[in-house]
Amino acid sequence: MGERKKLSTKERLKIPRQPMPEQDPHERIKNFREVPLGYTPELAMKEAQRCLQCPDPPCVKGCPVEIDIPGFIKKIEEGDFLGAVRVIKKTNLLPAITGRVCPQDEQCEAECVLGKKFKPVAIGNLERFVADYERENNLIEIPPRESPKGKKVAVIGAGPAGLTVAADLIQKGYEVTIFEALHKPGGVLVYGIPEFRLPKSIVQKEIELLEKLGVEIVTDFVVGKTATIDELMEKEGYDAVFIGIGAGLPWFLNIPGENLIGVYSANEYLTRVNLMKAYMFPDYDTPLIESRRIAVIGGGNTAMDAARTALRSGAEKVYLIYRRSRKEMPARTEEIAHAEEEGVEFVFLTNPVEFIGDEEGRLKAVRVIKMQLGEPDESGRRRPIPVPGTEYEIEVDTAIVAIGNSSNPLLLQTTPDIETNKWGNIIVDPATGKTSKKGVFAGGDIVRGEATVILAMGDGRVAARAIDEYLQTGKW
Amino acid sequence: MPEIVKKTILNRDVCRFEIMAPRIAEKRKAGQFVIIRLHEHGERIPLTIADADPERGTITLIVQGVGKTTRELNNMKAGDKIADVVGPLGRPTHIENFGHSVVVGGGLGTAVMYPIARALKDAGNRVTFILGARTRSLLILEDELKGFCDEVKICTDDGSYGKKGFVTDLLKEMIEEGEKIDFVIGAGPIPMMKALAETTRPHGIKTVASLNPIMVDGTGMCGACRVLVGEETKFACVDGPEFDAHQVDFDLLWKRNRAYIKQEKIALERYLKMQQGATF
Repeated sequence: MGERKKLSTKERLKIPRQPMPEQDPHERIKNFREVPLGYTPELAMKEAQRCLQCPDPPCVKGCPVEIDIPGFIKKIEEGDFLGAVRVIKKTNLLPAITGRVCPQDEQCEAECVLGKKFKPVAIGNLERFVADYERENNLIEIPPRESPKGKKVAVIGAGPAGLTVAADLIQKGYEVTIFEALHKPGGVLVYGIPEFRLPKSIVQKEIELLEKLGVEIVTDFVVGKTATIDELMEKEGYDAVFIGIGAGLPWFLNIPGENLIGVYSANEYLTRVNLMKAYMFPDYDTPLIESRRIAVIGGGNTAMDAARTALRSGAEKVYLIYRRSRKEMPARTEEIAHAEEEGVEFVFLTNPVEFIGDEEGRLKAVRVIKMQLGEPDESGRRRPIPVPGTEYEIEVDTAIVAIGNSSNPLLLQTTPDIETNKWGNIIVDPATGKTSKKGVFAGGDIVRGEATVILAMGDGRVAARAIDEYLQTGKW
Repeated sequence: MPEIVKKTILNRDVCRFEIMAPRIAEKRKAGQFVIIRLHEHGERIPLTIADADPERGTITLIVQGVGKTTRELNNMKAGDKIADVVGPLGRPTHIENFGHSVVVGGGLGTAVMYPIARALKDAGNRVTFILGARTRSLLILEDELKGFCDEVKICTDDGSYGKKGFVTDLLKEMIEEGEKIDFVIGAGPIPMMKALAETTRPHGIKTVASLNPIMVDGTGMCGACRVLVGEETKFACVDGPEFDAHQVDFDLLWKRNRAYIKQEKIALERYLKMQQGATF
């Protein structure tokens, strides 16, 4: 540990962005281990030297939870890794996770001044480094708990939003119970994002910490079915409820042949592999169909996850079919690069029109049509338009539809007094996460439609603050 | 982890379990199911809640050992624990006083129909239960059904007990004899449910089938349980499991349920081999 080196701006600018060491693409497609290996202390300190410590740092504005980015990077440069992680944890409790899954290239790193002429500081890699340093050296501190407030909060859904709410409120002295529908807590971090991008042991560690703090986690509990929100509040004495159930109802394409065997939603495919460990069948009981040629449909992170998971599950050929061009793909740049290095074949400006099966009802091909880009649509991206007469077939035995999710109505069917919009997303006051039902807050994808882990955590933080205030003052 | 409180062997392939699950026992309604996972390496499978005792906090599952997981479950005993039991899932059966309701259970489908027959009876229906199986030793719940149904008609494919023939033969007979039937609901092997729909279709009798597609999460998240009803794709776990039998594409259901037939065989053979290894 020491002082920040006295380097001139010119000297700092000369340092190239330190590359992240990674597993070799040929090797890694044979395993599910994490692809990036993490910075060494030397690489991290070198990368930290690139930060110019801007007085009015734009990167912080690019961060949904406003981490003091120059602050933690300065600590890294000084060799104070633990100090660095403590700076981050003031605003972000789960840096080992966000360092891996945040879209830094659209957020903090997109705003970095270096990015104008050079490559931006590798903020995500540095965040990940210090979080791993803390965890691997068993330096994670159990934060202190305020004296008990004598009030109970129910958190529905053990994903990023719910975990954040639970962490914040347990420290404030509330009793917190998380209700999770699946058999394992973590939400999308566990069933969705694959092991090679976010090792499950990291998520497990964060959840263990919550349990050490006193959070009770009840799995196999479907709120809306096992008990309703009203029952939790009226019969079981919960004073406030946070809904963070995610967007859990997969979209399909609504084209002929979609119910053929071999056509999966990305949710199903990823759940089978990540949560149920189908890649270890028959050691684990959940199977996948035998796939040799796979088409993944979509251009987001989930599509990349599905494509790369498919390669690791033994597919010989994986196509990624996307209706717009590379530029419009919503996935993280790193995921696109990784998918490409691993041999996923991108088929741009192409859209499926029909799935074709054999007599047994098994998929044997997908019929696609070429697209061209027209005028920009509401999202600002150019709208894809089919080009007549350009249809052709791609021979595949498996197709994974990764075009997004809408909101799952299971819980909301039993709470008519919670207002939703026309897409079924809960309407909240963005400053507090308050829903139209007294004592009930919401955040994450069930409010936003499909967004990111960090935005869900940001919502959790906002809601936790508002829940604290509501329970202290009783004011709605 | 939920404990098996009681196990009863109903026949060579079928066992009845009472499992401690107080919340589910209190909430469940006829027609709903649970998803279970036996252990850390287990798969998630749906099983109909055949009965419940809210006072004791138990639910009853009736399990036919077909594949690896169901056989493994049937090899468990009272006192053993099941890693996960989640529910009650699915929509409850729509119950009202239809008048004369005919409830049809083929094989293990009888376990699915048992709580529904009871709920229909409680709602004031005259209930005729058509109980069928391949052979006499595979018939289940005969005494229980006779305890509350107005009539129980029995048939076996091989004629070893009751009438020789299929459940649909008995239903057809009733219709041809001019018996007034207001509502039919059934569960069983897919060809049976398809035949059931075809039996009542020409007579315009409202008919419901309880479907048994493959599921994973059971909460609408994955879409493994897609079924075609009319022109619409439905998720059986949240939209069902019961649908208008005249609208269901049973051929598609049959095909989709064979998706993992190869893997199921591998898993079962491996399990049986391991069991032999354990015995000798």
